[in-house]
Amino acid sequence: MTRRRIGRGLVYLLAIMIALWILIPIYLITITAFSPKDVIYSWPKSLFPRVISLETLLFFIKAQYVLDSLKNSVIVALLSLAISLVIGAPAGYGLARHTFPGKDVFRLMILSTRAFPIVILSIPLAVTFMQWGLYDSLISVAFLHVAMALPTTILVTSSVFMGVSKELEEAAQVFGCNRMQAFMRVALPLALPGLAASAIFTFVLSWNEVFAATILTLYNRTLPARLFIQLQASPLPFRFAGGFFILIPAITFMFFIRRYLFSLWGITLR
Amino acid sequence: MAEIRVENVRKTFGKVKAVWDVNLNVRDREFTVLLGPSGCGKTTLLRCIAGLEQVDQGRIFIGDRDVTDLPPRRRQLAMVFQSYAVFPHLTVFENIAFGLRMQHKPKDEIEKQVQSAAKLLHIEELLDRYPAQLSGGQRQRVAVARAIAVQPQVLLLDEPLSNLDALLRLEMRAELKRLLEEIETTTLYVTHDQVEAMSLGDRIAVMRDGQILQYDTPLNVYNRPANLFIGGFIGTPPMNFLEGEIRTEDDRVVVHTGGGDIYPPPKAQAMLRQLKEPEVLVGIRAENIETLHTPAEGTLQAEVLVVEPLGSHNLITMQLGPEQIKVNTDADFKAQPGQTLWLRLNADKICWIEKSSGRAMYPD
Amino acid sequence: MNLKRFNWEPYLLLLPSTLYLILFFAWPMFQAFKLAFQTDDGHLTLAYMQRMFNDVMFAKALRNTIMLIIAIVPIQFILALIMALLMMERLRGSDILVYIYSIPLAISDLAAGIIWFSIFTERGYLNSLLYGLGLLEKPFLFLNYQTNWPFVAIVLAEVWRATSIVFVILVAGLQSIPRDYTEAAQVFGANWFQRVWRVTLPLLRPSIQTALILRTILAVQVFAVVVAIAGRGMTVLAAEAYRWYSEYRSPHMAAAYAMFILVISLATAFVYLRALRVKEEMTL
Repeated sequence: MTRRRIGRGLVYLLAIMIALWILIPIYLITITAFSPKDVIYSWPKSLFPRVISLETLLFFIKAQYVLDSLKNSVIVALLSLAISLVIGAPAGYGLARHTFPGKDVFRLMILSTRAFPIVILSIPLAVTFMQWGLYDSLISVAFLHVAMALPTTILVTSSVFMGVSKELEEAAQVFGCNRMQAFMRVALPLALPGLAASAIFTFVLSWNEVFAATILTLYNRTLPARLFIQLQASPLPFRFAGGFFILIPAITFMFFIRRYLFSLWGITLR
Repeated sequence: MAEIRVENVRKTFGKVKAVWDVNLNVRDREFTVLLGPSGCGKTTLLRCIAGLEQVDQGRIFIGDRDVTDLPPRRRQLAMVFQSYAVFPHLTVFENIAFGLRMQHKPKDEIEKQVQSAAKLLHIEELLDRYPAQLSGGQRQRVAVARAIAVQPQVLLLDEPLSNLDALLRLEMRAELKRLLEEIETTTLYVTHDQVEAMSLGDRIAVMRDGQILQYDTPLNVYNRPANLFIGGFIGTPPMNFLEGEIRTEDDRVVVHTGGGDIYPPPKAQAMLRQLKEPEVLVGIRAENIETLHTPAEGTLQAEVLVVEPLGSHNLITMQLGPEQIKVNTDADFKAQPGQTLWLRLNADKICWIEKSSGRAMYPD
Repeated sequence: MNLKRFNWEPYLLLLPSTLYLILFFAWPMFQAFKLAFQTDDGHLTLAYMQRMFNDVMFAKALRNTIMLIIAIVPIQFILALIMALLMMERLRGSDILVYIYSIPLAISDLAAGIIWFSIFTERGYLNSLLYGLGLLEKPFLFLNYQTNWPFVAIVLAEVWRATSIVFVILVAGLQSIPRDYTEAAQVFGANWFQRVWRVTLPLLRPSIQTALILRTILAVQVFAVVVAIAGRGMTVLAAEAYRWYSEYRSPHMAAAYAMFILVISLATAFVYLRALRVKEEMTL
């Protein structure tokens, strides 16, 4: 019996150690971001900060272009979220509710886009956008982010709609709704949580993206692009605060959709 | 007038002929049951009538309207789904009121109809709850209430009792029958349970492989099944079938079976004489066989295999020649495995089945 | 086919997505191809590819990229597998644990690079820790690109950040394996290791394959982590593509690198699919 207990204890220990491995670096960047500049430059650093200050964070926000890039990131992420949902959710619904010739081909096409290194799309698109006069615009970045997020959106929304029983929409139709009304009154309210999760996932993906955002923009940079460009030349506090700013919204949003994490990632790749 | 008329309807899914050349005439206010094993097409036929499936061929009429090309909401019917399909995001009240709201009925009328439907189903205290807070049986009542609240011309029910446990099913069956008699709507009810079908329907349409084999009152389907399949499908225990050979002896038709000779009544004799082939199946139900302890004229000798005392009667499995049959006896009829008994078949209740086609023949 | 009865609906629903993907996926692919193999005045040429292959930075970038993949992917798989198996042990607080293990999914590669930079940098936490433990008297220059330490730091950062991706895929796969199989193995005498090796892992093959393909393809594009930690001291394929585009202003060369990345990605996917080919009869 004690051997089992010891074994069990070791298992818990292992699990906790891995959890700490994940959490500690996040903790470190957080205390760094909330340390005054001189602490950042000092050494050795203590794990338990004596002073908590907003100095570094404010320094970052007030730096030139940062507030703009923050704003741009939000805009691009929201645009990506909106476009990918508007285009992707109907496709998800179609996959969930219908069988039709070409369905498997379509699914395969969606899944196979994951085998393509997406970031390399940004180079030809940069050239194309220049020709179209779209270069250095937020919408161009959003377009690329949507391309990155669309396959996942389609597969996730498809799974979400499959979770809403078709009979519910049929019952609505028997009792007086046409197809659109049945969808709006029954399917949509029940699918909303899943759709929201998919939207947040797109938001986070767009918020974090670096390569394409850097290539596609010049003056209207998003936060990661701005940070990346200035990375080598900027002082430590700037970098650390920047990392923190990219990190925190993303982790926060993921917290809200933690229930859906597995459906989001697990099913997209089956 | 809310009769249902189905004319030459066909519906296929890929290669599967779900419904094939089906004709059905349900009279106004009649309660018709579509009965059959899984895959026989009964649910498909119901869904075609509801408008949830598009027929490939044929026409459907409700009342005197051709509804074949109309969507469900324009057919003035209501439906209770097998899974109930009660909207999880609406309260019970809103669920029942759904159809009425779609018709843009005024608020007080909705209130009145919902309350009266809820009362009929005994769920008045549940109106503020959400489906997730209800038991399966309660959700089923909500589904029925929603259907009758709209006062439809036609009521469709797709195996509404199959998801309930046995005891609840029995209760709901009686309640449903009483309720539906009261509201007098033309009703089409799908089930695979023949006991349900017998107890509920004014008429039963027995289906198999996409076709309606017989459409008649429960008693007729029971006593005069149209073919071998129906005889074996309806009734517990199923009908016994003995292999027989028609012979003519002394100008009398005798059916020779493995267990002995059977002497058909005169009317049946005339009918059997006209058959082209001598092979015939003698169909007889367990309750139409008399058991005797001693031999008598016209009896067949059989050996007892299993005695099942069921309380109200005994169900005895016997070896009759090369075949096994099931016989009902009184509860106090004593019998032991291995015992020899003599059976007298009630000749008037025999269903004569032409072996090659499976078709049943009746002298009148 | 009766045209009036033909169900247009699914095709209409799928149309916007299909068009979008053709426009922003298929077409850029084609454009990239053109850029890499065609000069501005329209002649087909291998000049860009040749220049790329001959570039001294190309060899370095390729070597670094491959070394990173070789170092990162196996470690991640073992770690992710351990994490996934831990999840199936039904520990108390598993749901919090699952969330914590999934947090890195939300972390940008740039942020991860900066975080691990802050750990490995001269005045960073690693040095502070070593000093606190008495192992050091003055800070050690980890991120000196004449040593292998930047490489180690990058590997750690990537393992830290991207293991969750593999983890989530493996857990989803594990959950779809009915418990009956491992329970039967238990009844017939297998210990934990034998159960995992002989029952769980073989049944997990499809998920492992998917995760491997995905992770490797993502790894070929490794970029921001490298720059954040090693600056110009170490280059990878994606970084070269970026430089050719932004600094040297040559979309053609950048496209050449992009094509090369694409080819490697497809090749690895192909290799994995063959190597881990799961026979139809062996699936659940």
